[in-house]
Amino acid sequence: MSGHSTYQPQNAFMRWMEARLPIAGLVHSSFIAYPTPRNLNYWWTFGGILSFMLAAQIVTGIILVMHYTPHELMAFNSVEHIMRDVNYGWLLRYLHSNGASMFFIAVYIHMFRGMYYGSYKAPREVLWILGVIIYLLMMATGFLGYTLPWGQMSFWGATVITNFFSAIPWIGETVVTWLWGGYAVGNPTLQRFFSLHYLLPFVIAGVVVLHVWALHVVGQNNPAGIEPKGDKDTVPFTPYATIKDGFGMVCFMLFFAYFVFYLPNYLGHADNYIPANPAVTPAHIVPEWYYLPFYAILRAIPNKLLGVVALFASIGILVFLPWLDSSKVRSARYRPLFRQFFWIFVAVCLGLGYLGAKPAEGGYVVASQILTFYYFAHFLIILPLLSRFEKTKPLPNSIAESVLKDGVPIGASAPAPKKA
Amino acid sequence: MMMQRSILAAALMLGMAAPAIAAEGGELPPKQSWSFSGPLGKFDRAQLQRGFKVYREVCQSCHSLSLVSFRNLAEPGGPGFTVPQATAVAAEYKVQDGPNDAGEMFERPGRLADRFPKPFPNDNAARAANGGALPPDLSLITKARTYERGGFWFLADLVTQYQEQGPDYIDALLQGYTEAPKDFTLPEGTHYNKYFPGHAIGMPAPLSDGQVTYDDGSPQTVAQYAKDVTAFLMWTAEPHMEARKRLGLQVMLFLLVFAVLLYFTKKKVWHAVKHDPELLEGQRPPTEYKGRT
Repeated sequence: MSGHSTYQPQNAFMRWMEARLPIAGLVHSSFIAYPTPRNLNYWWTFGGILSFMLAAQIVTGIILVMHYTPHELMAFNSVEHIMRDVNYGWLLRYLHSNGASMFFIAVYIHMFRGMYYGSYKAPREVLWILGVIIYLLMMATGFLGYTLPWGQMSFWGATVITNFFSAIPWIGETVVTWLWGGYAVGNPTLQRFFSLHYLLPFVIAGVVVLHVWALHVVGQNNPAGIEPKGDKDTVPFTPYATIKDGFGMVCFMLFFAYFVFYLPNYLGHADNYIPANPAVTPAHIVPEWYYLPFYAILRAIPNKLLGVVALFASIGILVFLPWLDSSKVRSARYRPLFRQFFWIFVAVCLGLGYLGAKPAEGGYVVASQILTFYYFAHFLIILPLLSRFEKTKPLPNSIAESVLKDGVPIGASAPAPKKA
Repeated sequence: MMMQRSILAAALMLGMAAPAIAAEGGELPPKQSWSFSGPLGKFDRAQLQRGFKVYREVCQSCHSLSLVSFRNLAEPGGPGFTVPQATAVAAEYKVQDGPNDAGEMFERPGRLADRFPKPFPNDNAARAANGGALPPDLSLITKARTYERGGFWFLADLVTQYQEQGPDYIDALLQGYTEAPKDFTLPEGTHYNKYFPGHAIGMPAPLSDGQVTYDDGSPQTVAQYAKDVTAFLMWTAEPHMEARKRLGLQVMLFLLVFAVLLYFTKKKVWHAVKHDPELLEGQRPPTEYKGRT
């Protein structure tokens, strides 16, 4: 937010209001006049897409709650009641369950974009850390939500994940009993998970406000990774970013709708259409796809406590990323070595995701161990070394210069013909 | 561009490495062609009606269908019974109701609003009558069963929209009864089925040729029965599938047109920025922003 607002109220009421609560001015300075770097590419539209997904999840969730019953004997059938008897209930439920996956797809792209272009570097460390907090809250919310249909995978997933806490020395068992509200996952567990699943999205919304606030203080990073120096480097948020984000959002909705209408159960597990049964353990207990890389890290380590520590460390390490990578150059465009290691890191994350879905046996475990080692090495060895020894390419003098070469945008085949 | 290519490269790299470790043994259910597969898939009404007949005459004696109501039979997107037909079906069932004014439970003929009554009063009774095995409820069975093909087929499924693993498995299971191999010791009271995980299944082969009489001239074979009852059970698992795919097409078309319009609007809006930085200065709304140093 640059200086005071330039908003000029158009009529007497708005002038009266602006003198008392300058909310219109806040919106104006944040979403209309706000200067955005002119070189943002489509990877930058995922912030808007994520805001849309959060809103969509909250709206569909609130309506689903009107028909859902959080009780161990009724939860499963109440979800089926939504699927069968509630008007467009199948649509609401598929939007919500697939929406969770879409939310994670968007957040992973958003995070990798931040890593590629060095968006976590000064002065954006707090912005990045707030993002990591949102991601953690999302993981908790997604996990809690997945237990609510009270199918086999809900029940056993909840059992496995809550059991992590039993690895804590001395007090582990007590903590788990406290989490469960009993001596096994049961009705008290379901009811508290439901309560928290309803609470956390609003906590996320609160942290998102902080995230956007921090963003508007430090300004957006951009593909060139250099700060805008003047008017030539930026364009006003509206109409430029609004229309671009809008287009990105509609494209994402197309992708989302493809799953909701044509592959609604593709991202779920067949076992979750079997009502929860504490007496029967499914052959493979697998978490939702978005946890798979971390699940692979957990299982790569033979010791339970160390496995859980590695799991939490693999997420917690993101908080320290701004200091582990101390290179002054932000964007991977000007860091040829970093760029290669970035893509290896992406491949390692995908590989861990694949291994997380496989049974923990034989070659899969060895592969998980190698990739887990690499995952941590990327942060603890490769990035610190790179920031010290990498020879970076020269940075452009300004954003405008990086986009325009003698007035012709990069990528245009020929100079625009001059009018005679 | 660079990013897209690298993602593709990463995906390909994984794809080539994986099948070697992911190959899994065992016979997989053959892939069937279903009228309800694909983006324009619809249920075959006659097939659902035949499948319902198979359920009633064969499966129903052990397997409940507890999430389905008689009224569903006459609802759009289903087997296409008329309301009088569905009412007549319901009336053939005895449903427990009560307590009445005298405080007693009583039986009455089923109504449209009733769910299909369960064949056993509770799970223990069901087990006792079936040699200890619990016949699962069939309402969701086609969505609750699947099989792994291994490798990276799951990526191809994204494009082909293949999601009939459940129906293919149920169809194969119903026809999968064979002699047990010589070295296979079958636990007492179980039957060998080549598609069932572990092969020892509690249910004896339920279908035989000519067992159910079809009125529409369809072949009265195990293969046909299996296919028809599986299609019926796909409908019980996903009764609004037709509405979903129909609405899906409308939504996709709308979003596609909307996206194209937005794309050209965006192009127009950005034209000045992309092509003439000098022009941009004049168009810019007044702002206090003077850049950062």
